[in-house]
Amino acid sequence: MKIFVCVKQVMARDSILQLKQGAGWVRDNGLTYEMNEPDSFALEEALRLKERNGGEVVAVTAGPARAASTIREALAKGADRGIHIEDDRYAESDTHATARALAAAIGREPHDLILTGLQSDDAGFGQTGVVLAELLGLPHATIIMEIDASGGRLRCKRELEAGWFQTVTLSPPALLTIQSGINKVRYATLMGIKRARRKPFKRYSPEQLGIEVASLQTIIRLYQPEQSKRTQFLQGSSKEIADQLLSKLRFEARVL
Amino acid sequence: MSVLVITEQQGGSWHRMSFEALAAGQEAALALDCPLVAAVIGAGVDGLAVELAAKDVSEVAVIDHQALSQYTADGFADGLRQAVDLIQPTLVLFPHTYQVRDLAPKLAASLGRPFISDAVGIRIDDGKPVFVRQLFQGKLRADVVAEGDPPHFASVQSGTYRGDSVAEGGSPAVIRHLAVDIEPTIVRTQSEAPYQEAKDAVDLGSAEIIVSVGRGIQGPENIPLAEKLAKVLGGELAASRPICDNGWLPLDRQIGSSGQTVTPNLYLALGISGAIQHVVGMKGAKTIVAVNKDEGAPMFEIADYGIVADLFDIIPALLKALEAEA
Repeated sequence: MKIFVCVKQVMARDSILQLKQGAGWVRDNGLTYEMNEPDSFALEEALRLKERNGGEVVAVTAGPARAASTIREALAKGADRGIHIEDDRYAESDTHATARALAAAIGREPHDLILTGLQSDDAGFGQTGVVLAELLGLPHATIIMEIDASGGRLRCKRELEAGWFQTVTLSPPALLTIQSGINKVRYATLMGIKRARRKPFKRYSPEQLGIEVASLQTIIRLYQPEQSKRTQFLQGSSKEIADQLLSKLRFEARVL
Repeated sequence: MSVLVITEQQGGSWHRMSFEALAAGQEAALALDCPLVAAVIGAGVDGLAVELAAKDVSEVAVIDHQALSQYTADGFADGLRQAVDLIQPTLVLFPHTYQVRDLAPKLAASLGRPFISDAVGIRIDDGKPVFVRQLFQGKLRADVVAEGDPPHFASVQSGTYRGDSVAEGGSPAVIRHLAVDIEPTIVRTQSEAPYQEAKDAVDLGSAEIIVSVGRGIQGPENIPLAEKLAKVLGGELAASRPICDNGWLPLDRQIGSSGQTVTPNLYLALGISGAIQHVVGMKGAKTIVAVNKDEGAPMFEIADYGIVADLFDIIPALLKALEAEA
């Protein structure tokens, strides 16, 4: 089975974000980047499917030059090949532009299964996988908690709302978006990192793929959220804070 | 020009967020000064259509077909594509449900249109809808506009509009059955009936006090500390998704869009950043206390009391103060 897994590079969790002057994004300087956490579950699931059923895992990203390190991380963890559609504009592009790039690269090759994370921790569109499936004309299922690919078909456990689940079956080629927590993500080994250097890594520009980088939604203003409540910040030593809090919960909020 | 709201139902019962989307639609249609069409999709949904027609809407569109008796992305996207073609709306609004996350991106992409997901606000500026979205796990907020020709698609986050604020109509609205033709063979997925895994062992919904932990708790070895605080306060212990994903607490203690929704008197959020998926499950709490080392954590935005500090300093101090009183 030939599995493509789409990964995005995002700002490290707990990054201090500063607004970029006159633009709908944050300042790039001083930030560190990492693999989008939901995508790391998709990568892990792809590697496990390969270990069970054989085949090949190809990690794909659309992003600026720095995103190559996320593909290298995927290769170090066990992906066989990497593909990077490289353009600075993908750092801020919307789902549509990103999915177009992924579709153009993946569409050039035979593919049985495409996995993506549920959403990205930066823009949080939560739809790149489904749009990608539509662009490639593939069936999809979302928020997947379990995949059984043993019988030639994909039998998947799909999460619904409020503790409900559903079994969905579809035939490859297909796209699945993976729920975070589906598996326990592995770390790259030193050996894996060494091996990654020799693995095939293909770079494309959007022009080479014959696509434009065109977003269909534009951020016209990015800002700090206003407080929806008047938050009282408690200060002092830990003891003072604890005493203040208990007193406020009893006599002000009256919830204790 | 019109606003089209796509409601959601299952087995003849409404998804409660349908009316939140309808409230958003009423507001948008008023601001755009255009008709509002409310649509219901499924098989045998005439009764629901009558209910919708009692609301203040210009028209109710019924997309009824045997191939739509159970939700599939292929079938529903095809039915809605035909509905959009017949109605020609400028703006199509959905409630931001799991089903919509599965369906709306496909529908919009098939028409080459944007789908602006998970809006926490919609306003009309100079006749053009502007959608408010949360970015970077809720740390920042963005005003977003759709590019290109209409129709534009958007979904409304849970709790953004009040379902009970939907205006009733003076006289029943016209109900229009759309002639849709869905070839059953286009459906490429086989869906089985939904099931529940285990009954929730703990009903967090009835808890008056909830002590909830997030990534800030760092490891499973620290869970007992929070558990002790919950016990001393007479409350229940709960967690955000990553804690349950890691297996540090069972899934039935998870709060948020994929877990339970709670409205306790007191919600003590310890080391929880406040991503939207968590916040939708607890923002109805009467009093919210946030403890987090990161002063930029979005949880502070909705907290009544904020403590910018290490939870490993604050929990022991609280326990000590409570024990001193006992």
